[in-house]
Amino acid sequence: MSASHPVQDGQPEVQPTIVLHGRKVVGGVAEGEALVTRETISGWGGIHALTGMVIESRHELKGVSFAGKVLVFPGAKGSSGWSNAFHMAKLAGKAPLAMVFTVMTTKVALGAVVMRVPAVTDLDGDPFALISTGDWVRVDGDRGRIYVWKGGRPRA
Amino acid sequence: MVALTLREQAMLGGDEGAAVQKAMELLVRYADALGAERFVETDNVAGVPGSSPQWVKDAFKADGGDYRAVFSRYDLDSDVVVDVPPMKAGFSCHLQGGMDPEHWPQMGMSPQAHANFVADEREVAGHGIQVMKTCTPYLAGNMPVFGEHCAWMESSAVVFCNSVVGARTNTEGRESTSAAMLAKRVPDWGFHQTDFRHGQHLVDVQVPVGDIFEWGMLGYFVGGAVQDAIPVIDGSVSGASVIRHKHFGAAAASSGGVELYHMVGVTPEAPTLEAAFGPRKPGERFVYDAAARARTYETLNAVGSSRDVDFVMLGCPHAALEQIAEIAALIEGRRVSANSALWVFTSRAVKLAAQAQGYDRVLRDAGALLMTDTCSSISQAVPKGTRVAALDSAKQVHYLPAIMNIEGWYGTTAECVDAACTGRWNGRLP
Repeated sequence: MSASHPVQDGQPEVQPTIVLHGRKVVGGVAEGEALVTRETISGWGGIHALTGMVIESRHELKGVSFAGKVLVFPGAKGSSGWSNAFHMAKLAGKAPLAMVFTVMTTKVALGAVVMRVPAVTDLDGDPFALISTGDWVRVDGDRGRIYVWKGGRPRA
Repeated sequence: MVALTLREQAMLGGDEGAAVQKAMELLVRYADALGAERFVETDNVAGVPGSSPQWVKDAFKADGGDYRAVFSRYDLDSDVVVDVPPMKAGFSCHLQGGMDPEHWPQMGMSPQAHANFVADEREVAGHGIQVMKTCTPYLAGNMPVFGEHCAWMESSAVVFCNSVVGARTNTEGRESTSAAMLAKRVPDWGFHQTDFRHGQHLVDVQVPVGDIFEWGMLGYFVGGAVQDAIPVIDGSVSGASVIRHKHFGAAAASSGGVELYHMVGVTPEAPTLEAAFGPRKPGERFVYDAAARARTYETLNAVGSSRDVDFVMLGCPHAALEQIAEIAALIEGRRVSANSALWVFTSRAVKLAAQAQGYDRVLRDAGALLMTDTCSSISQAVPKGTRVAALDSAKQVHYLPAIMNIEGWYGTTAECVDAACTGRWNGRLP
């Protein structure tokens, strides 16, 4: 791909503020509002699967749901029930739309696979410095690209 | 893309049946997500295959809503339902489950939930999956050997498998273990590879650590210090035994996510300090001294305030026979207080032995229950009205108060038994 901004349905669109290049974890393309945390997330015991809400005491996202968001986070921690907890969130319709993470583990890899959401890692820039909660983010898992529109959904 | 052997290509092509094909499809997606280049073969898999609460079965009602539907659509993440044959891996074992098979009414479980539990267990056994129902398969009949490639779930079992035995497993999940039971493969990544297993940080132990209470505290400190890195523990640690490693590893896996630790002169991949680090340059150095020990004790007891203890839970990870013997000796001739309760959790295999020894009878006569399959955290079950629990496990005190929104105390097994009999917490740092 030569252009730094994608074209969809033949319509030119607002150029993204930032484009990051990384490695595909799970393919597919999805876009939505970013939910960003610098803290790793526990699956079993750390989230409520039926609401997609983070429930861990002292977590900066405690009480916040990742359902329908592009979750930007370092990765997984805690119990081996991580994939199961996120898989149940998927079953309950509360999975994130896509995932961007920085530290690869078996927990987060398996969780992304069974949720079947586009996921990218090994980025050429620091996603925590470049992406804020509320930014509009497209995760292109197939190409391993992240497109960021600062400040929310772009208007053509 | 993960490279496949001819045999693996055939499995993916359906030569060994639809279930093995779907298992391989999932494992290929998983290996590619990790960036693994190949698979390793495994004959030793520990997971929770196919067991599910009723609402998960209901979610697959259109596919039949049964064990087969859940195993296909959920465990194997398959778009279609397939016939599930007996598992292929020689050691395919079921870890802990949701309730005690006998005392489930005392746990507050409904007859419907129990009927679902019984039905799942019949399917598990029928598919050749060993009904170990424990977080300690290594105490119940599945003991791996040095260098063996395994695919295990359960963080306390994973860290034991890697560190104490020197077998090799990543922290697998439900779906990867179910698939591995059929395909006998897991991605060759992480802890399967020698280069990945060398130590990263040093923990210098400067206070004597000898009994299980001290090993548990040291483990909790180590996890907090190194997080999910690989620690090398050196210094004044003595009295290594299965139960001490069990409590140390469970604690380190809870406070930090440790999946492998080396203990110099104790664990098999650390005959010397140099061997433990291998070619890796030692990172940080953490000191466990009297002050660190006192801080760890305070942290573990930070959620205790009322000294009126109405619940004592022992057996996290599941108690070994010698621990049940100790509890029986401590409580013989005494009674659990009317204001308290004592639940001791173990595996079914160990409970049989405890019954033969007469320990089960001693516990019953004292008003305590010897239970299997689960624990209060996994089942989210405590006696009705529980507000304050006493625990001899750093892992359990890490999880249970948060999960059940209760207070918790950490102490020795003797202090916990005493609290159960008096209804009062009198623990202190020795």
